[in-house]
Amino acid sequence: MTGFYTLFYKEVLRFWKVGFQTVAAPVMTALLYLLIFSHVLEAHIQVYPNVSYTAFLVPGLVMMSMLQNAFANSSSSLIQSKVTGSIIFVLLPPISYRAFFLAYVLAAVARGILVGVGVLLATLWFTQLQFVAPLWIIIFAMLGGGILASLGVIAGIWADKFDQLAAFQNFIIMPLTFLSGVFYSIHSLPPFWQQVSHWNPIFYMIDGFRYGFFGISDVSPWQSFAIVTTCFVLLSALTLGMLKRGYKLRA
Amino acid sequence: MTSAILVQQVAKRFGAVRALAGIDLEVRQGEFFGLLGPNGAGKTTLISALAGLVRLDSGHIEVMGCDVVADYRNARRQLGVVPQELVFDPFFSVRETLRIQCGYFGIRQNRESDAWIDEILANLDLTSKANANMRSLSGGMKRRVLVAQALVHRPPVIVLDEPTAGVDVELRQTLWQFIRRLNRDGHTVVLTTHYLEEAESLCNRIAMLKAGRVVALDTTVNLLRSFSTHALRLRPAPGALLPAALLSRAENKDGVWSIAFDHYEEIEPVLAELRAAGCSLDDLEIGKPDLEDVFVRVMQGKEGVAA
Repeated sequence: MTGFYTLFYKEVLRFWKVGFQTVAAPVMTALLYLLIFSHVLEAHIQVYPNVSYTAFLVPGLVMMSMLQNAFANSSSSLIQSKVTGSIIFVLLPPISYRAFFLAYVLAAVARGILVGVGVLLATLWFTQLQFVAPLWIIIFAMLGGGILASLGVIAGIWADKFDQLAAFQNFIIMPLTFLSGVFYSIHSLPPFWQQVSHWNPIFYMIDGFRYGFFGISDVSPWQSFAIVTTCFVLLSALTLGMLKRGYKLRA
Repeated sequence: MTSAILVQQVAKRFGAVRALAGIDLEVRQGEFFGLLGPNGAGKTTLISALAGLVRLDSGHIEVMGCDVVADYRNARRQLGVVPQELVFDPFFSVRETLRIQCGYFGIRQNRESDAWIDEILANLDLTSKANANMRSLSGGMKRRVLVAQALVHRPPVIVLDEPTAGVDVELRQTLWQFIRRLNRDGHTVVLTTHYLEEAESLCNRIAMLKAGRVVALDTTVNLLRSFSTHALRLRPAPGALLPAALLSRAENKDGVWSIAFDHYEEIEPVLAELRAAGCSLDDLEIGKPDLEDVFVRVMQGKEGVAA
């Protein structure tokens, strides 16, 4: 247990020591999105009845920031320690693969939630938010963060150089998050793209998360919960399998 | 008594390269054991297998009776490894690094663990750098921290993979003083190094590896005896000739004659013969057996020594 706790603490301390880069900067980026999109679209779009576009946008931005930062934390920590060779310090001790997985994932979720809370607090100046079903907010934040953190572990282990990790982030994670209904409801899309969106698991994370704020969503929160939970279980199993085999970590 | 390290029929391939080709080795508790060999001989692969960083194709390894695969958690608790590469985590100070490493091994931070960290820092001359960030340290200092990291959990078996590569004399002396003390206190030490004089002065027993096989394994004293002898080196004055009785025993290299001997009593008869023949000398010295000689002979030859 001490091994797990120490690894978790080390991972949290790692991002906390560079908090401007890992927490403050993503909050700032999300605020810029909010300022630009709400300024341009506030008067033109109302996605849900009685919900302003700015209010609609905030949960999406919060979730997007959480997901991207959860991914960034586990993936960058692993690739950095692999490239510098300091990964040996966590491979030599008697830390089980489960403790390894939990520590990296929970620390990444912690960073995601810290950034998410930061974005939420900062955006409270701009709009009035409702919190209709807070439990759904917490559930989707944890599961979404957990999924992207697991993906970060997979990408960090798989990538041999920063270039490969950047490709994973820019060609998989970014399109999935941007095309998941952060800025719009998928009902505003043509039927084909609506169908495509239903294959994007991040759509369900954001839709379920948004339900927690407004009590309205594109699909039922229970459906989103089932899909997101299934994704989390599958990805966790895959990550645990990789760690157990020592894939790319133990020759 | 349980072996500190037991290696049985260990084999490992990396693609077409056979890194370990069926190694058998036992390191007894309390030994200062040398693992020598040229680059690519398999030393680091063997250490990595010991530490669970490399998965074996066949064979098995135990550390203090714990199988490194089946009982890997206990095996790793018994082992402290100083890696060959100069690696560090740039986010933390020296003290944070050591406390974190302690925690990885299941040791909660308390007064006792902090006192041990302070002791390690003092013994490795790191006290003044305890709160410095790892990035700000010189190469030699970083090497000391690596040694400290391997010792934080007080492992009974310490493996040092070329710990003095590229470091100054002062660190070497400080380091060996501390490691010798740990060895005296009962810790088993396994050392790989390319500095053979270090191995000769520190190790009780030595294994030499070549192409993934153990080609020599014996006590340092026996290896020196088997492969190297004392030699009386003579440089005759210009025009002086070595007496015929000595010529049959002597080897000439660059004008210096070497006469091998096992015991110092054999020197006097040689000098007597030189005096009798009126052979005056420009220079005379006694060469002691050294490990470099042994190493070169073992690596060049096909013979093996095992004990």
